[in-house]
Amino acid sequence: MPANAETLVRAENLKVHFPIYSGIFRRQVGSVKAVDGLNFEIKRGETLGLVGESGCGKSTAGRAMLRLYELTDGRIDFEGVDIAGLNKGDLRDIRPRMQMIFQDPQACLNPRMTVGDIIAEPLIEHTKMSSKEQREKVKSLLESVGMNPDFVNRYPHEFSGGQRQRIGIARALALEPDFIVCDEPIAALDVSIQAQVVNLLQDIQERMGLTYLFISHDLSMVRHIADRVAVMYLGRIVELAPKEQLYKDPKHPYTKALLSAVPVPDPEVEKTREHIVLQGDVPSPANPPKGCRFSTRCPVAKDKCFVDDPEWRKIGDGGFVACHYAE
Amino acid sequence: MDVTDLRTVFHTQDGVVHAVNGISFHLEEGELLSVVGESGSGKSVTMMSLLKLLPIPPAEIASGTVMFDGKDLLQMELEELREIRGGKIGFIFQDPMTSLNPVFNVGFQIMEPLKEHLGLSKKEARKRAIELLELVGIPGAADRLDDFPHQFSGGMRQRVMIAIALACDPQILIADEPTTALDVTIQAQILELIKDLRKKLGMAIVWITHDLGVAAGISDRIVVMYGGFVVEHAKVDDLYKRPLHPYTRALLATLPSEDGGEERLKSIRGTPPNLGAAPTSCPFAPRCEHAFDRCHKENPALERIEGVHDVACWWDVEKEAPRHAS
Repeated sequence: MPANAETLVRAENLKVHFPIYSGIFRRQVGSVKAVDGLNFEIKRGETLGLVGESGCGKSTAGRAMLRLYELTDGRIDFEGVDIAGLNKGDLRDIRPRMQMIFQDPQACLNPRMTVGDIIAEPLIEHTKMSSKEQREKVKSLLESVGMNPDFVNRYPHEFSGGQRQRIGIARALALEPDFIVCDEPIAALDVSIQAQVVNLLQDIQERMGLTYLFISHDLSMVRHIADRVAVMYLGRIVELAPKEQLYKDPKHPYTKALLSAVPVPDPEVEKTREHIVLQGDVPSPANPPKGCRFSTRCPVAKDKCFVDDPEWRKIGDGGFVACHYAE
Repeated sequence: MDVTDLRTVFHTQDGVVHAVNGISFHLEEGELLSVVGESGSGKSVTMMSLLKLLPIPPAEIASGTVMFDGKDLLQMELEELREIRGGKIGFIFQDPMTSLNPVFNVGFQIMEPLKEHLGLSKKEARKRAIELLELVGIPGAADRLDDFPHQFSGGMRQRVMIAIALACDPQILIADEPTTALDVTIQAQILELIKDLRKKLGMAIVWITHDLGVAAGISDRIVVMYGGFVVEHAKVDDLYKRPLHPYTRALLATLPSEDGGEERLKSIRGTPPNLGAAPTSCPFAPRCEHAFDRCHKENPALERIEGVHDVACWWDVEKEAPRHAS
C-alpha cells in the first residue's frame, strides 16, 4: 500500500438498525442495533480487516458499505460521494466499482447457470460489450483466478469449494472494481485450500490495485492479509489499529481476550501461555447494556464503565479505541 | 480401547466410496487423543464406525476389530452395544442445535440416559442432572433444567451436550469437532471446561478437530488423517517439533505465521482426494512435493520411526531420500 494514499471509502457514524415488529397490529416494539455508529476510513490499495465474533454486526457493516442495506443513520463516502444519499440511478452507476465476495461459494452461485453465464452477467448488465468480447473477457477472468478457461460451459456443482470461491472472485473482478468487500471468503474452505485463496486475493490486489474490506473471524488470517484491523463487538468497533500494533500491543480488554483465545499451533507455547477466558455470552443487540457495551463481560470493568459510554478516541500511533481505561 | 484395521465403505449409486481404509490406533486410560484432518479425511466416519452409529446400508464396516473392555464392539449384538453407547462411551457432536431434540426440555434429555443406563428413579435422575449442569458450568442449573434447547446460546448448548455425554460417567468420551461451530471466546471456555473435567473425572477423550491450534493445546497424542488413512501418529510435542509426513508438514506450513510477516502463505496444490476408487497408491502423492515413482504404485504402511512416532510415507523428509531401497 502506498504510504500517503488517498482515502477511498469513509464511514461516518454508520448505523443499521433492523426493526422488531410484534402484536396483532405489527407495531414496532424495538430494534436490533446490528451496527450502531461505526467510524473508519479505508485508503486506496489498503486492506482493512474487520474481525469479531458471530452476531457482532461485521457482515451487516460490510453489506451496508455497499448499500445493500439502507442505512438508519450516518454516511458512507466513496471517493467523496455520499452513497447513502444517492438515488437509484446514480447508485447503479457507482455499483460496478464496488463488489462483494461471499462466504458460501455454494450458495452464491446460481446452480442452473454455467460458469460462463455467471461471470458474464455483470458484463451484460453494466457494459455494452458484444457477446464475443464478453466471451473473451470471461476467459481472461478465469485465467486470472487460476482456472482453466475451457471450464466456461460447466456448472457450479462440478467444482470443489475452493474452485467455486475462485469463480465468485472472477465474477467480482468482471467490472474491474476499486473496492471489494470480502465477507468471510475462506471460512467455508479447508485449511489447505484457504491458503490458495488468500494468496490469490493478494495477487489480484497487487495486480489491480484493489482495496479490500476483509471480514473474518479468523484472527491469524486477518493478521496475514490486512494492513489495519478493526475489532467489532456488539455493533461497535472497539479498537482499530495498524496490525503490528493491534496484535503486539492490544489496548482494549476485548481485543486482549480475543487474541488470547486463539489457539496457537505449538504445544510449548500453549502450555505456558496465559488465556483470558471471558465469562458469559454476548448480550442481545436488541437490548445492549448501558454504558460500555463490553462492561458485562469485561474482566477489568469499573463503576464508570456501567454508566458512561466510552468515546472513540485516538491512541498510540494511528490507533483508535473505545475504552475509558485503555492506555 | 484398541482399534485394528478398521475399514468402512459406503455403497452409493455412483459406486463404492472408500471412506476409511484400514485404520489402527489405541487409546489409553485417561489420555486425550486428537484426530486431525481436513473434511473428507474420514475422521468422523471412523468414530461413528466404532459404535456402529452409521446407517447400514449404505455404510458397511468391511473389516476390523474394536476391542473395548476385552470385547469386540463390532461383533456385539445391538442390545449389548446400546448399553455401551452413552453409557461407557459418551459422544459429543459438532452442532449442538441439531443434536439436541428441540421439543424436549434439556432436563428430560439429560435424565434419559440416566434412567436408561443407570436405572435411576425420576427424582434421583433429576438430582444428578442438576449436578451435571453445575459441573459443566451452567449458572442457575436447577432452574434451567426445564428450559428448551432454543433458550440456550450456542456455547451453553454445547455444555448441555457435554453434560449428556458425561451423564453415565463414561470411560471414553468421543468429541466430534465440538468447538467448530463456536466463536473463539466461547471455544476457549469449552476448552477450559474440558481440561478441568479431565482433571476431575479422568476419562479418556478422543477429540476430532481440523484445527491444529486447538489440538496443540489439549492433546497428549495426535493422529493425522488423510484420505481415509492414518498418515502420522505421534506425541503432541514431537508432532509439532518434528513432523515427518509431508502432509503434516504442509498443513503446518499453510498456517499464517505468528508474526504475520511472511509475504505469501505456502499452499498445498491440488484438492483433497476423491475416495471413489480403492486406494492403490499413497493418497497424498498427487499433491506431494516429494512424490516419486514408488508413491504412485504402492501405498505406504504406517511404520514406527522411534518411540511413539509412526509415519506412513516412502520418503524420509529428514534425510531427503527414500526411506527404503525399493
